Amino acid sequence: MIKTLDKFSIGESGVVISVSGERKIKRRLYDMGITNGAEIYLRKKAPLGDPIEVTVRSYELSLRNSEASCITLEVT
Amino acid sequence: MHRFALAGNPNSGKTTLFNGLTGSTAHVGNWPGVTVDKREGVYKKFDEPIAIVDLPGIYSLSPYTPEEVIARNYILDEKPDCVINIIDATNLERNLYLTTQLLEIDVPMVLALNMMDAVEKRGDYIDEKALENRLGIPVVKISALKGEGLDKLMERAHQVCSVIRYGKTVIEDVALKHLIGDIKIALEGQGVSNPMFHAVKLAEFDEIEVLMHKDTVNMVEAFKKSHQYDGFGDDFEALIADARYKYITKYFSPTLKRKNKEKFVVTPSDKADKVLTHKIWGIPIFLVILFTIFHLTFSENLFFLGGLLPEGWVSFEGTAFEGVFGAGGINSPGVMLMSLVEILTTFISDGVATLLATSPEWVSGLICDGVLGGIFAILGFLPQILVLFLFFSILEDSGYMARIAFILDRALRKFGLSGRAFLPMIMGFGCSVPAMINTRTLADEKEKIATVRVIPFFSCGAKLPILTAVSGAIVGYFGVGNVDFITYGMYLIGMITALVAVVLMRETTLKGDTPPFIMELPAYHAPQLWNLVMLLWDKAKHFIHKAFTIILASTIIIWVISHFSFSWNYLSDDLMHQSILGGLGQLIQPLFTPLGFGSQLNGMGWVFAVAAITGLIAKENVVSTLGTLATCLIGTMIDIESDGGVGAVSIMIANTGITLPALLAFIAFNMTTIPCFAAVAAAKGEMPNKKKFNWTIVFWVITSYIVASALYLIGTAWWTAFLYLAVAIVAITIIKFTNKKREKIGK
Repeated sequence: MIKTLDKFSIGESGVVISVSGERKIKRRLYDMGITNGAEIYLRKKAPLGDPIEVTVRSYELSLRNSEASCITLEVT
Repeated sequence: MHRFALAGNPNSGKTTLFNGLTGSTAHVGNWPGVTVDKREGVYKKFDEPIAIVDLPGIYSLSPYTPEEVIARNYILDEKPDCVINIIDATNLERNLYLTTQLLEIDVPMVLALNMMDAVEKRGDYIDEKALENRLGIPVVKISALKGEGLDKLMERAHQVCSVIRYGKTVIEDVALKHLIGDIKIALEGQGVSNPMFHAVKLAEFDEIEVLMHKDTVNMVEAFKKSHQYDGFGDDFEALIADARYKYITKYFSPTLKRKNKEKFVVTPSDKADKVLTHKIWGIPIFLVILFTIFHLTFSENLFFLGGLLPEGWVSFEGTAFEGVFGAGGINSPGVMLMSLVEILTTFISDGVATLLATSPEWVSGLICDGVLGGIFAILGFLPQILVLFLFFSILEDSGYMARIAFILDRALRKFGLSGRAFLPMIMGFGCSVPAMINTRTLADEKEKIATVRVIPFFSCGAKLPILTAVSGAIVGYFGVGNVDFITYGMYLIGMITALVAVVLMRETTLKGDTPPFIMELPAYHAPQLWNLVMLLWDKAKHFIHKAFTIILASTIIIWVISHFSFSWNYLSDDLMHQSILGGLGQLIQPLFTPLGFGSQLNGMGWVFAVAAITGLIAKENVVSTLGTLATCLIGTMIDIESDGGVGAVSIMIANTGITLPALLAFIAFNMTTIPCFAAVAAAKGEMPNKKKFNWTIVFWVITSYIVASALYLIGTAWWTAFLYLAVAIVAITIIKFTNKKREKIGK
C-alpha cells in the first residue's frame, strides 16, 4: 500500500518512494536522510497531534504533518 | 600558526571536543554579519601552538541556512590547514553524509569517530581501518566526553595538514560522474580552486554556485535535457543526495558490526520520552519543570517550607548574612546568591562612601549613587540571570529543549512562530537578558527578531514592584478592585500585546513562512558540567563587560541629568524637580497627554515621565524615583522600603489628580516600552544589524504609546473602544488585502 507519511499511524513503517514539495524543504529532508529507499518508522505524535516523531537511519527525527505529507512511502 | 577547523553535525559532541582541545584559551564571538557563535581557541600540546576554529554545527553544505553557508565559506575561502570532521559514531549514516560533502573540498581532513564509549557499551564494533581505506583519510576513535583519543587525533591531523589532498566524490553513477568530471575540467581551466566541490554543487544546481559560475551552468542544463533519472526527473539535488546515501549504505554501513540486529531498538531515551512527551502528561510535566526553575531562581520561600518552620529558626538578623537565608522561609539558590552579591556591593559602597565623606557632595553622589549604584544595580541581577541561564542550558544540553519544541510547536504555529520560540518568551517573565540570549536557538532570523522584540512584554521580575506599588495605591486611594487582580490583569495585557505584535510583525515587516520543523530529537544525556561552566563563564564575562561599558555610560548620563540643573549646579535627591531631567520631563510632558499623565495633571505629569526614564537604568528605579519626587512634592521624607512605594504613589495621586485609567496606562507604558539598558544591550547583541536594532527601539516606543493610550482612552470614555475596534478592523483588512495582492504578484 502506498501513502504519505502524515497518513501513517503510530507503529507503522514504510520505505520512501518519493519526496515532493518546495525545494528548500525537500533538500532539508534529503539532508536528514529521507531519500528513496530509506526506511521510516512512525514513533509518536506530539500531544496536539502534530508534529510527529519518526525513526530514520537509526536516529529520531521530528517533523510537521505538513512536511510529512511531502513524503510518499510504500507501507511495510 | 597552523589552523584546524572542527566540522560536524549538531549534537555530535563538537563543543565538548572543542573545549577538550582548547581548555581555557577559548573565546566566543559572532561570525561576521550573523549572530551565530564563533568559537576560537588554541591547542598547546605540540611545540607549536595550533589554532582551533569551531564551525557551526551543520548537517549538510546546502545553501539554505546561514550556519551551512558560514561553514562552507570558511573552509573554501579561509583555507584551514586541516578539517577535523567529528561524527557521532552511534549515528553513522547521517553523520557521514556531511563527510561525503567535505571530502569534495581540496583540504586535508581527519575523521574523528566520537562517542566510541557509547558504541562499545552497546556491544557494537566499528572497523575503522575499513573506513579509513574507503575514505582515504585518517580515522581516529575518540570519546570527547572522557577525553580519550584527543592527542592521537591531533597527531594524525598534524601529520596530514601539510600534505595536499585533492577533493574526491563518492558519486558512482557513470553519466553523472562524467558530467562532474567535465565541469571540473572546465572550472580548472578558469583557474577556480576546489574544482571538485564546485563541480558537484553545480551539478546539484546549488543556488550560490549557479550565480558564481554562470557560464558553466549551461553544461548542466544540456546534460539535464538528455538525461532523465527514474523517480527523480531533473531534480539533481535529490539525485546527488540519494547517491551519497547509497554509497554510505553500500560501503560505510557494513563497517559497523551491530550486536543487536533489531531494526528499531528501544533505548533509554525512548523510555524517558514515553513520559516526557506523553500525550496527556507531556504539557503538565513541562509546566511543572518550568515552575520549578522559576521557583529555584526567584523564590524567597523555597518549596513553601516557610509556614512549616519554627519562627526565627535561622535568624541571622543583625549579622552580615541577614537576608541570605531569608525571613520566614528559605531563600532559593538564586535569591541567596543575589543577597550575597548585595552584601558585597553594600560593603564596597559603604567603604567608598566613608572614603569620600570629606569630598564635595556631587563627587560622592556621582561615584556612590551614579557609578557604583548603577553598576551594582546591574550586577545585582547577575546571579539570577546566571542561575536562570544555567537551568535553561541544562534543558538544552540534556536534549529536553528539543522535546519542548516538539510538544509546543502546534500551539505556536498560529502566531507564525515555531515551538522553540516559547521558551525565550517565558524566560522573559524572569529576566529579559537571558531570554534574549536564548533566542539563539531559533534557526530563522525573522522569527528570532520578532521574538526578541516581544520578550520585554512578558513582564520581568524587576517590573513587578511597579505593578504592586501602583495597583496598591489604586486599591487604597480609589477603593476599587484588588491588587492581585490588577497585577494579573496587567500581566495578561502584556502577553496579549506580545502575541498581537508577533502576529502583526510576521504578517508585515518580518514576513516569512513559519520555518520548517525538520529537526533531530537527540538522545537524552546528562549535561556536561565543564561545558556548562564554560558557557556560564562566557555569559558572565559578556554581561560584566556590558555593565562596565554602555550600561555604565548610560547610567551616568541619567544620573548627571537628574542631579544637575541647567545652570550646572549640583542638586541633592530631594531637588530632582529642578534638574535637567525634571526640565526635560516638563518639556516633553505634552507627549504624555494622550496617555493620561501629561499636561492635564496641573503641570505635574512630568513626574511620571521622569520616573519612566530613570527606569531605563533598571525598572526598580521607577518606584524609587516616584518616592524621591513625592518627597520633593510634600517636603517630608517618604520611605518606599516599608510599603513598596504604595504610599509614594498615593501622594502622587493626591497631588497630581491622576485618574485610575491613567495609572493603568502608566503601568502598561513601563511594561511595554524600552526595557532596561541591560536588556537593550542584550537585544543589540541579537540583532543582525544596526538598522534592525534601531527599529526595535522605535517599535518599543510606539507599542508602549499605543497600548498605554488605548488603556487610558478606553478607560476614560468606554465608547472609544469602538474606535479602536474600527481602526483594528481596517488595519487587518488592509494587511490581508496587500498580502493577498503581493502573493498574486509573487505567483
